[in-house]
Amino acid sequence: MTARTTLIARLLAATACATALCIGAAQAETLRLLTWGGYAPDNVIALFEKEYPDIKVEVTLSNNEEMVAKLRATGGAGFDLAQPSHDRIFAAQSEFEIYKPLDLTQIETGKMQANLLEAVKANTTIDGAVYAVPHQWGTSGLVVDVTKAADVKDWSDLCKEEHKGKTSMRLRRTILLGMGFSLGYDPFALYNDTAAYSEMLDKVADKMIACKSVIKTYWNGGDDLSTLLLSGEVVASESWDSTAFKLYGENQNLVYVPPASGALTWIDTFVIPAKGRADDAAYKWINFVMRPEIVTIMSDSTGAIAAVEGGIELLPEAKKAAVKLAFDDAAIANMKFFANIPPGLEDIEGKVLERIKAASGN
Amino acid sequence: MKSSDASRLTLILLFTPFALWIILLVILPQIGVGWLSLREKLGPREYAFGFGNYLDFFREPIYWNTLLRTAWISVLVTILALFIGFPVAWYIAKIARQRSRAALFLMCLIPLWVSDLVRAFGWILLLRETGIISGALQWAGLSSGPVELLYNDITVVIGMVYTVVLFMIVPLVSTLDGMDNALLEAGYNLGGSRLTVFRRIVIPYAMPGIVAGCIITFMLAAGSYLTPILLGGKNSMWFTEQIYEQFVTRYNWESGATFGVLLLVFTSGVVWLGLRLTGQNLASTVAKE
Repeated sequence: MTARTTLIARLLAATACATALCIGAAQAETLRLLTWGGYAPDNVIALFEKEYPDIKVEVTLSNNEEMVAKLRATGGAGFDLAQPSHDRIFAAQSEFEIYKPLDLTQIETGKMQANLLEAVKANTTIDGAVYAVPHQWGTSGLVVDVTKAADVKDWSDLCKEEHKGKTSMRLRRTILLGMGFSLGYDPFALYNDTAAYSEMLDKVADKMIACKSVIKTYWNGGDDLSTLLLSGEVVASESWDSTAFKLYGENQNLVYVPPASGALTWIDTFVIPAKGRADDAAYKWINFVMRPEIVTIMSDSTGAIAAVEGGIELLPEAKKAAVKLAFDDAAIANMKFFANIPPGLEDIEGKVLERIKAASGN
Repeated sequence: MKSSDASRLTLILLFTPFALWIILLVILPQIGVGWLSLREKLGPREYAFGFGNYLDFFREPIYWNTLLRTAWISVLVTILALFIGFPVAWYIAKIARQRSRAALFLMCLIPLWVSDLVRAFGWILLLRETGIISGALQWAGLSSGPVELLYNDITVVIGMVYTVVLFMIVPLVSTLDGMDNALLEAGYNLGGSRLTVFRRIVIPYAMPGIVAGCIITFMLAAGSYLTPILLGGKNSMWFTEQIYEQFVTRYNWESGATFGVLLLVFTSGVVWLGLRLTGQNLASTVAKE
């Protein structure tokens, strides 16, 4: 879920895949990964292929929505391992049957952080079968230039008049939930009550439409966001923590702020697509990237925290400092885990997002 | 007899790739999309057959407003491309010397060698608040603070005119190239002013090229995705973006397919209207020999 790839990255990935396809044709087995930008860095792939010379890794970079759309188009074929977030599995599986149950005996679940593993299992168990295990986790919150907008502490502060033309957000469901929390609702508790949830969304939409005059623009991807902040065009924005930690490495005034109403927490998982052809290789990859020495290399590339015991300690030094600066114990205790999205909910949210985008504000 | 069999076989073999391309990549997907658009989603894994998706489109003002907005901006882009493209085409076809003509044509083509995406990023670098133009304005003392030129409809129009203008120039050059200069001289000799010659001789002669260019640029503009997304701001909705949203972020393929069909029908309707108003037809413009 880190640095959401821009189209450039996707194009590069596609080229890389095409090349890999030609080279790898002679190999015995291919592991086709469908994952986020940064989740399969070249150095990790090299180490993996050195240890398992008969497996060739092919990477396709994507995001939550596109992963589901891609797998849906083929009924779960074309990839052997995918990494959607934990709240995107239950509805997609119940509606489209695109994943297959995991064989937990093949995965070293003992190494994973117990509460995250339990949370993912609870969210992705259908008819007694578990469909996902956690890989990396992180939060969505705010990134703030402390010299210019230190007063931005919560989602709704992005709409403050004094920062007119200097704030940004991503027009997706995350900000709807954040604004909901900021307005005093608990969106996750309302998930199964469509009427109450729609009512909350109406309030959120009013707030967001009024907010449009303050917002400079909506950002689309991590690169977009980084440029806006590093150039100083924007002083406060909604952000993924991983992107914010990367920014902190370049400019120490850019700090990640978990919103007062709670940072929204996601867990990116491992799932096996329904028609995956290399389950063994997939399990090998899962166990491989959960090794402590690999976790550090991986976290350096993703900026997110691995779902293993002591994941924060295994972060590279610079990132560890940024995380410790951003999160005190209270902020960690206040984290809000994304709850399972019931089928149909995203359609309601989609309409609200369209309404916000179409509303005119200057 | 034998030789005619052989020539028929040659014809079939030559025709096969084209037929396969049309059937597999154009006709079949269109039928699939059309069929999908008639499938109504009732609940998870529950579907019915009907026109509900189309009714939804007309009941929701946001959707048809976006379609009208897309059409209106595309028409504007087409008109601007015509006004910018015509003098360029005229210069290349009539004024430039034979030797420099190829070079000029090549210069028009070169930007096309770079992908749409890179060109859009080029505009972003130029126009953003901390970008080159804003910096130059401040340096020249024309502006006291940074100027934001990105994220509005004007930027989208500029970016799209830049992307499509070549497709206006090419058909215009090829039409104007075929015009005998004697026609112009005759016009002047008979006492026509510059304006009259332009209006009564050049425009009617160039009409097939103008219409062909307009059809191509309008279709390209209405169907473009990257430029409006990257250069447009917080208020800019584009219809292709709606289609993407329906398919990908809302998992609603049925409604996405409906939008796709509507875009095709609507743009075809606009083209038909354009042909009627100018008294042209497809055979005399796009398919001209």
